[in-house]
Amino acid sequence: MNITKTLDKGEARRQRWRARSRYWKDSFILWRRNRLMVVGTGIIVFLLLVAAFAPLLATHDPYEQILSDRLQPPSRQHYFGTDSLGRDIYSRVVFGSRVTLTIAFLVAAISTPLGLVIGVLAGYFGKALDEILMRLSDVFLAFPKLILAIAFAAALGPGVENAIVAIAIANWPSYARLARAETLTVRSNDYIQVIRSMGASNLRIMVGHITPMCMSSIIVRLSLDMGTIILTAAGLGFLGLGAQPPVPEWGLMVSDGRQFLVDQWWVSTLPGIAILIVVMGFNLMGDGIRDILDPHQRQS
Amino acid sequence: MARYILRRLVTLIITLLGIMVVTFFISLVVPMDPLASIAGPQAPQETVERLRVLYGFDQPIYVQFGRYMNRLLHGDLGTSFQTGRPVLEDILQYFPATIELATLALIVSIIVGIPLGVLSAVYRNSPIDHFSRVLSLIGVSMPVFWLGLVLLLIFYFKLGWFPEPGRLDIMLMEPQRVTGLLIIDSIFAFDWEVFWDALKHMALPATVLGLYGLAGIARIVRSSMLDVLSQEYIKTARIKGLNEFLVLTRHALRNALVPAVTVIGLTYGGLLEGSVLTETIFAWPGLGRYLATAFLTLDLNAVVGGTMLVALTFSLANLTVDLIYALLNPKITLAEP
Repeated sequence: MNITKTLDKGEARRQRWRARSRYWKDSFILWRRNRLMVVGTGIIVFLLLVAAFAPLLATHDPYEQILSDRLQPPSRQHYFGTDSLGRDIYSRVVFGSRVTLTIAFLVAAISTPLGLVIGVLAGYFGKALDEILMRLSDVFLAFPKLILAIAFAAALGPGVENAIVAIAIANWPSYARLARAETLTVRSNDYIQVIRSMGASNLRIMVGHITPMCMSSIIVRLSLDMGTIILTAAGLGFLGLGAQPPVPEWGLMVSDGRQFLVDQWWVSTLPGIAILIVVMGFNLMGDGIRDILDPHQRQS
Repeated sequence: MARYILRRLVTLIITLLGIMVVTFFISLVVPMDPLASIAGPQAPQETVERLRVLYGFDQPIYVQFGRYMNRLLHGDLGTSFQTGRPVLEDILQYFPATIELATLALIVSIIVGIPLGVLSAVYRNSPIDHFSRVLSLIGVSMPVFWLGLVLLLIFYFKLGWFPEPGRLDIMLMEPQRVTGLLIIDSIFAFDWEVFWDALKHMALPATVLGLYGLAGIARIVRSSMLDVLSQEYIKTARIKGLNEFLVLTRHALRNALVPAVTVIGLTYGGLLEGSVLTETIFAWPGLGRYLATAFLTLDLNAVVGGTMLVALTFSLANLTVDLIYALLNPKITLAEP
């Protein structure tokens, strides 16, 4: 009697759904309570909207050069002024949001799965494989991240795509470490033994039962790293090793305006403020996500 | 403890070997033929081939790698294409400037960061806490190159309070080189004019780097201080009538500083990488700027040598920090196998 009741699939599904909606509701309450995170989320949503509607928001073609209008101060016609080639800085900043978002998301999409796979493999199989993979990640961690990214960006040749690869190479070891640590704690749990005794393969255990347990700490770490990733990309652009002209990348734009700093301050400083605001948004949101996913916070 | 140190040294050696492999790999993936840049664009095919044999680029990769390792183990980093001098010589000349700047920035960020974190935790949710948290947020979110440009614009170009970019006024002679650190060397030479001028030149770049360092330190001190302050033994100390200042300094801060030590090690790495951008802006003749130019011109030997040195410094800083940490917290040496 009792067994048939617990095995009732419809009931199980309803309960699962109820638990999930409670989880999300709690998350929402925690989110709203954290005022700084609301600000951070607001900035990121704003950034997404700007990137999505860039062609509508921009007043000029970001690539169009009108040499007679070069180095104009901010005015009603050019909100942020124009640069040395007579391009509208406001429109370039608006379109730059797309470049920044693309870089941030692609770096995340490359480095987290890579780190996850390596970390779970190392933690699950242990022994020699663990030793090799972790020494490998030690080597990468021995370089300051920006230096490693710069070195790879320089070696691969400048360009947005290579900058993305370079930053991802510099970033994966920290995710691998995290995933390994989580795997080690999960691996010895009873439920993994039960699943194994039921005949689940190693692959199935890793993909279906261990990886999901690593996700929350990886997400927290990634959201805390987002700001640094954007700063690194901007730094590469600034040094001339990232995005190349005429791409409207913010770091590159700051660098372009350097020689006009004294008399045409807007060329350099305004794109820099865009970087600052966006990175701040990601940092605020990252801190907030960490607090929300922290089980201790949930209980209160 | 001795065993712990030994184990850490062995790992350090393995890491160093790995660093050499990675830097070799970096020099391999370069899409451009390094010979073309040595020989020049108009060089006849014959010369290029002769150079190829001369530099050993005609050998299989494992032979090249063997030679490369052999060279490194003998302390030979090759010649820079750019300056035409041995890379090691270049590095030894530029590195002290970077160390001087990064160390000053670290000192600034510790002196300001720790009290700020403590105040922030003690007066939680007060204006000082808000100020400190906003400052840390700005510190970690600020693109260092942008802050450098803005400070330069305001304090050099507009207000003229600080001297032009560079390490020393062009009218001043560098004192005799002892350590390579201008501040120390000028003290040895009793040259107060140089001392004062060097300090003024460092103020802006050190502020830029220091703000970055301060942010991380203030943040970790605040959170670990909050942790410690809620512990029972702090309550005990208060109940037995100890004055608040002693409770905070002798009982709370001492324990709260343990996690901060780790962050300080990481911060030093952050300052080294920040120096690439900061030195480019402030025309600081240090390793950071040397590396930046080497990367841009694909000066391979300089890239490999410089990157390796930065990784080595960073590893040593982390090792030192771990040892201090183990000293402060004996559990570490016992816990791991």
